[in-house]
Amino acid sequence: MTEAGENAGVGETRRVRVVLVDDHRMFRTGVQAEIGETDRTGVEVVGEAADVDQAVTVITATRPEVVLLDVHLPGGGGVEVLRRCAPLMSAAENPVRFLALSVSDAAEDVIGVIRGGARGYVTKTITGTDLVDSVFRVQDGDAVFSPRLAGFVLDAFASTDAPPVDEDLDRLTQREREVLRLIARGYAYKEIAKQLFISVKTVESHVSAVLRKLQLSNRHELTRWATARRLV
Amino acid sequence: MPVAAAPRTPHAPDADEVPQRKLYRSADGRMLGGVARGLAGHLGLPVGWVRLAFLLLFMWGDGLGVLLYAAFWVFVPLGVGGRTGHRSFFENLPDGTRRLRKPDRGQITALIALFVGAGIFISKVQAGGASGRYVWPTLLVGAGVVLVWRQADNARRAHWSTAAGRNGRLFQAARALAGVALVGVGLTVFIVVRGSAAQLGNVLTATLAVLVGVALLAGPWLIRMTQDLSEERLMRIRAQERAEVAAHVHDSVLHTLTLIQRNAEDVSEVRRLARAQERELRNWLYKPEGTGKDEAEEPATLAEAVKKTAAEVEDHHGVPIEVVVVGDCPLDERLAAQVQAAREAMVNAAKYGGEGGPVQVYAEVEGQTVFVSVRDRGPGFDIDAVPGDRMGVRESIIGRMQRNGGTARLRSAPDGGTEVELEMERAANTA
Repeated sequence: MTEAGENAGVGETRRVRVVLVDDHRMFRTGVQAEIGETDRTGVEVVGEAADVDQAVTVITATRPEVVLLDVHLPGGGGVEVLRRCAPLMSAAENPVRFLALSVSDAAEDVIGVIRGGARGYVTKTITGTDLVDSVFRVQDGDAVFSPRLAGFVLDAFASTDAPPVDEDLDRLTQREREVLRLIARGYAYKEIAKQLFISVKTVESHVSAVLRKLQLSNRHELTRWATARRLV
Repeated sequence: MPVAAAPRTPHAPDADEVPQRKLYRSADGRMLGGVARGLAGHLGLPVGWVRLAFLLLFMWGDGLGVLLYAAFWVFVPLGVGGRTGHRSFFENLPDGTRRLRKPDRGQITALIALFVGAGIFISKVQAGGASGRYVWPTLLVGAGVVLVWRQADNARRAHWSTAAGRNGRLFQAARALAGVALVGVGLTVFIVVRGSAAQLGNVLTATLAVLVGVALLAGPWLIRMTQDLSEERLMRIRAQERAEVAAHVHDSVLHTLTLIQRNAEDVSEVRRLARAQERELRNWLYKPEGTGKDEAEEPATLAEAVKKTAAEVEDHHGVPIEVVVVGDCPLDERLAAQVQAAREAMVNAAKYGGEGGPVQVYAEVEGQTVFVSVRDRGPGFDIDAVPGDRMGVRESIIGRMQRNGGTARLRSAPDGGTEVELEMERAANTA
C-alpha cells in the first residue's frame, strides 16, 4: 500500500517472526525471497508448513508473531488452522496473529477466514513491499483490508434493511463506511488519512472496528447476505 | 365431438418447428399425457388432427384409441419440445402480486367438449343397463391411473424446471393420494359388484397377506438396489464434473500456456494472456452455474457491465484493472451511458497511468444513485492544460454524463494519480 515507508523505518529496530503456511513450495520460496531477502525489512521467516497439521505443529512450536496463511490447504483449509490455533490467538502475551494470503478472492473464502479470526486478507498479487507493510500492520494489531475485501464488507453491511436488535453493534458507522469505501477505491491508509483529515492511526482504528464487527458473527445481515448468495 | 380438437389447432403447425427424429411425448401444451402433441411434432401434423384420429379410433374402433394412447403413454419417454415456458396455475402481475392464471380459451372449450362427450357416453351406458355395473368401476380405475401417471410425468418434468415450491409438492401428494384412492375404490367396487359383499373381507385378507409376503421377500433387495442405483448415479455425476473441468483446463489453460511460451520475450503480451486466462478461470471456478462460461450476450446488470468493460479494456491495453462492485441493479439507458463514460476513463487510465500499478475501478449502487470511480496511480494531469481539440475527457466522459443527467468529476488523487468520479441517478421506472 505505502512504499515500506514509516513502518519499515521503525522496523530497523524490531523484527517480526513469521510462519508461512502454503501448500505450494514454489510460492513459499517466492514469498520468502521477497520478504526475507534484506535486513531492511526485518521480517524473519521462522517456519513453513504445507498442510493443516504441519501448520498447527509449527505455529505452536515457534510461536511467531504473524502467520501468513493460505486459504486453500490440504486437511481442512485455512479456517481449520484458525480454529485449532484459537487459543494462541487470544493468548495474553505474544498473541499469534494471522494474515490470510490467498490467490482466491471469492467472497466465501474471504469472509470465512476473517470470521475465523484472521486479522486481514491480501491476495497473492500483492507486491513484496506491500506485504511487508501488511505484516507489520497486523503485528501491531491492526486490520489489513484489500480493496476487494472492503467491497465484500460494504456489500454485506449495505443493502439490507436494518434489523432492530443490536443496531449500534452491528451497523457500520458513517465514518467506517467512508473509510471502507476509500479502501475499496484503492486508497492506501495514508491517503485515506489525508483525504478525510484524520490521522493514519484513526484510519487503522476504524478498520479494526470494522473487522471486529465482522467477527462478531454478525448475526443478522452477514448470515442473510451469505445465505442469499448460497455461501453457507 | 370434433369440437374437442378444433380449438387447439391454432397452436399446432408452428409448435414444433425443430425436427425431432426421436419420438417424445411433449411436456408442454398437453391435455393428458402429451402423446398427441408429441406425435404431431414427430409427424409434422397439426396436433388437432392427431387428437381427432385418436378420438375417432376411440368412438368407432371399440376403444382402440384408448389402448393405443395408453401404450404410447407408457412406452414413449417424456421430452421437452413444443412450447416452452413453465405454466403454473398462478401468474405474476407486473405489480408483483400473484393471481390465478386465466385459463386460455382453448382449454375452456376442451373442457366443455369433454363434459359433453362424457354426458353422451353416460347416457349410452345407462341405456345399456346391466353393463353399467362394469363400466363405472372401470371408469374410476381409469381416472385414478391417469391421475397417477400424469403425476409421474410431472415429477420427471420437475427435473427441468426449478419452479417447484412447497405448495406444488403438497398439491402433488394430494393428487397422488386421490389417484390411489380412485383406483382402490374402483377395484373394490369391481369385486363387490361381481361377488357379494361377504366375500370382500376374504379377498382383502388374502390380498393383504400376499402383499406383506412380497414386501418381506423383495423389500431388502429392492432397498439395496435403489441405494446402489443412487450411489452409482452420484459417481457418474462426479465423473462428469471432473471430465468437464479437465476439458476446460485442457482447452483454455494449456492453450494459453503454449501461447505464453511462444511469446516469452514479449512481456506485455504474456501479461495480457495471463490476465485474460486468470479472469476466465476465476469466472469459471467461482461463478454460479451457467454464468461466466460464455459471455456472448449483452450484460443485463450494472455489475456485469462494469466487469465486462473492465475486462475488455484490460485485454486491449494489457494493464491490470481491479474491479470492486458493491450492490447491483439492472442496467438502464442512463447507466449504460455511465458505463460508457467509465470505459473512456478506464482507457485513459490504462494508457496514461498504467505504470503506477493496477487501475482501480469501484462501482457502488446506493439507493437510486450509482457511483463509479476509476483511479490510476500515474503522473496525473491537468484538465485545463489539455488542448481544446482533444475531446476525450471533455466529451466522452464529462459531456456524456451531463447529457444523461449525471455528474463527472476529475481530480488528482493524493500522492499522484488521477481519479474520475461518475455519479448518476437511476431512471425512475426501474425503482
